[in-house]
Amino acid sequence: MTPQTDGPTAEAALTALPAEHRTRLMALAREAAFPGATRIFEEGGEADRFWVIRSGTVALDVHVPGRGQAVVETIGRGALLGWSWLCPPRRWHLGAETRGPVRAWEFDAAAVRGLCSERPELGLALVTVVAETIGDRLRATRTRLLDLYGPPGSPGNGTGP
Amino acid sequence: MTLAPLPYRVVDRRDETHDTVTLVLEPAGEALSPFAPGQFAMLYAFGVGEVPVSVSRTPDARRLTHTVRAVGAVTRALCGLRTGAWVGVRGPFGTCWDLAAARGHDLLVIAGGIGLAPLRPLIDAVLADAREYGRLNVLAGARSPRELLYQDEFPAWGRPFGAATVDRPDDDWTGRVGVVTTLLGEARFTPADTTAFVCGPEVMMRVTARDLLHRGVRPDRVQVSLERNMRCATGHCGHCQLGPLLLCRDGPVVGYDRAEPLLTVREL
Repeated sequence: MTPQTDGPTAEAALTALPAEHRTRLMALAREAAFPGATRIFEEGGEADRFWVIRSGTVALDVHVPGRGQAVVETIGRGALLGWSWLCPPRRWHLGAETRGPVRAWEFDAAAVRGLCSERPELGLALVTVVAETIGDRLRATRTRLLDLYGPPGSPGNGTGP
Repeated sequence: MTLAPLPYRVVDRRDETHDTVTLVLEPAGEALSPFAPGQFAMLYAFGVGEVPVSVSRTPDARRLTHTVRAVGAVTRALCGLRTGAWVGVRGPFGTCWDLAAARGHDLLVIAGGIGLAPLRPLIDAVLADAREYGRLNVLAGARSPRELLYQDEFPAWGRPFGAATVDRPDDDWTGRVGVVTTLLGEARFTPADTTAFVCGPEVMMRVTARDLLHRGVRPDRVQVSLERNMRCATGHCGHCQLGPLLLCRDGPVVGYDRAEPLLTVREL
């Protein structure tokens, strides 16, 4: 695995694992390719895999009755797709659909959990990567809750926004 | 720089979004000195009031281009101006984006909402002199697709990386969804050799700057455009004071190494 980014993405974090851990983990990976507009998983489905996106964009969505799939976030190159496999009930919280062609490393979740049980230090490193991803998305969601770009309450338009 | 407004006439106007307008202004006689990207003018809507607005394009030495969002009485009056109407203008005021310090660097231009307007002349300048810089990345966040500025210009800004993301997509939006910082993972830049220019709501700039620092961009190479209540624009009235800075004079463009400690003090 070669890092494609300078930033702290899941791919970069996995690349930064000690060589022995990385080799063992990547032995469980397979290359996956999805055409555009492909449903990768559905909300409520069994979370038995996860992916690290190598190229392309994936939209995460929630089914809203009467409105269809409401996209809540998109993720791209270097991002971890799927963390519901880590904790019970191991069901997808969201749906995922490709926006254009996507290439990814795909991992079998049960096999990875088994490897983590055998190698607790690898397990800790991997859980740390997942926790960072969850933390990043939580912070991003909280920022969006502020509705920063909404209509300001104060009169006047400053030099910036 | 003049302290009395000079009369300028609206020679062109364009509705950018439902509440945002770009005005092109031409002097009736004497023109103000040329503006640099990042600087601002005090625009006077006759009989209503005066507000600071950054230049959103610097096409030539005489004409001024400003993108204004209607958020109050003065800006609503400015947005309502038609071609041929008059406006008073003072300027240029404040500091500009420091492009000279960014030569040879990868560039991150990161905008939130109408923060893209003060960054557009910077993008123009980089594209006009592209060989002097590394890779240009333009990242823009907006509340919804209908509030995203300059959508027709994005294709020209998209190499090697340009993307817009929105918080609230509509059914027709096929672009990115999420905060603007989520685009950083896909941008093409080497943190140690990168200069970032950030403009948007203050919280968005703080979040963005923290992310950039986490990725290894030096704080003195993160430039932000700060906003406070500017009245005189000449550094005398004190309304825009932020700690030791008078933002009309020492800003609006400030390095994050100077801005960070000021933005985290609650009562400044």
